[in-house]
Amino acid sequence: MKHCYPQPVPACRLVKARPETINFLLSYSRSLHVSRHKDLVFTNHKN
Amino acid sequence: MEVQIDDSILVRDYIQGDEKALELLLKKHNQRILSFIYSKVRDRDIAEDIFQDTFIKVIRTLKKGSYSEEGKFLPWVMRIAHNLIIDHFRRNKKMPKYQGNKEFDIFSILSDGELNAERRLIKEQIEADITVLVDQLPEDQKEVLTMRIYKDMSFKEIADITGVSINTALGRMRYALINIRKMVEQNNIVLTN
Repeated sequence: MKHCYPQPVPACRLVKARPETINFLLSYSRSLHVSRHKDLVFTNHKN
Repeated sequence: MEVQIDDSILVRDYIQGDEKALELLLKKHNQRILSFIYSKVRDRDIAEDIFQDTFIKVIRTLKKGSYSEEGKFLPWVMRIAHNLIIDHFRRNKKMPKYQGNKEFDIFSILSDGELNAERRLIKEQIEADITVLVDQLPEDQKEVLTMRIYKDMSFKEIADITGVSINTALGRMRYALINIRKMVEQNNIVLTN
């Protein structure tokens, strides 16, 4: 069974998202607007 | 001292229009999710792109009201990230590869330094045989085995993504290996180089 397992890999490198990515996601979220009409869902982006 | 607010509360607040809640969710989980993605793709820029796409999906789903809160926000986000990682590797598989021609073959000057042509053929045959055997496994066993062996994921990650306990994931792995051994014996397949 040991043959089925890969060689040990180095510990996982911890990385954090870049501030630009976080800012983009926050801006994206603020601009996204969802509206509903009966069973229909509309999404649009406010400038 | 920083107070950790429960994910379900942050998600609820965000759905109700509190944009600050998203900022807190990103701050809380970004390192864990991005590190998970990076551990699979091993490229900082690609990992960042997949992270961004993951959260775009999260934002859209939450705003549309399609998310059902069951206290599993992080596993849900990890599952989205996992699917996008698979999409990334599928796309890359379709990329054209260098084949060489009659005048010049890059492999005449490059060597892996390990296997000669015969051993390479045997290795390829073994890998092809194993692929066929893995394909014969029940879907749940195949999924766990693929994640563990080919994607190098831990059983904790597998359990989170497949939505089962670690023991179930371990059990599925065990049965997958038992079943592969049975198939090897039944078909007299030789898996040594």
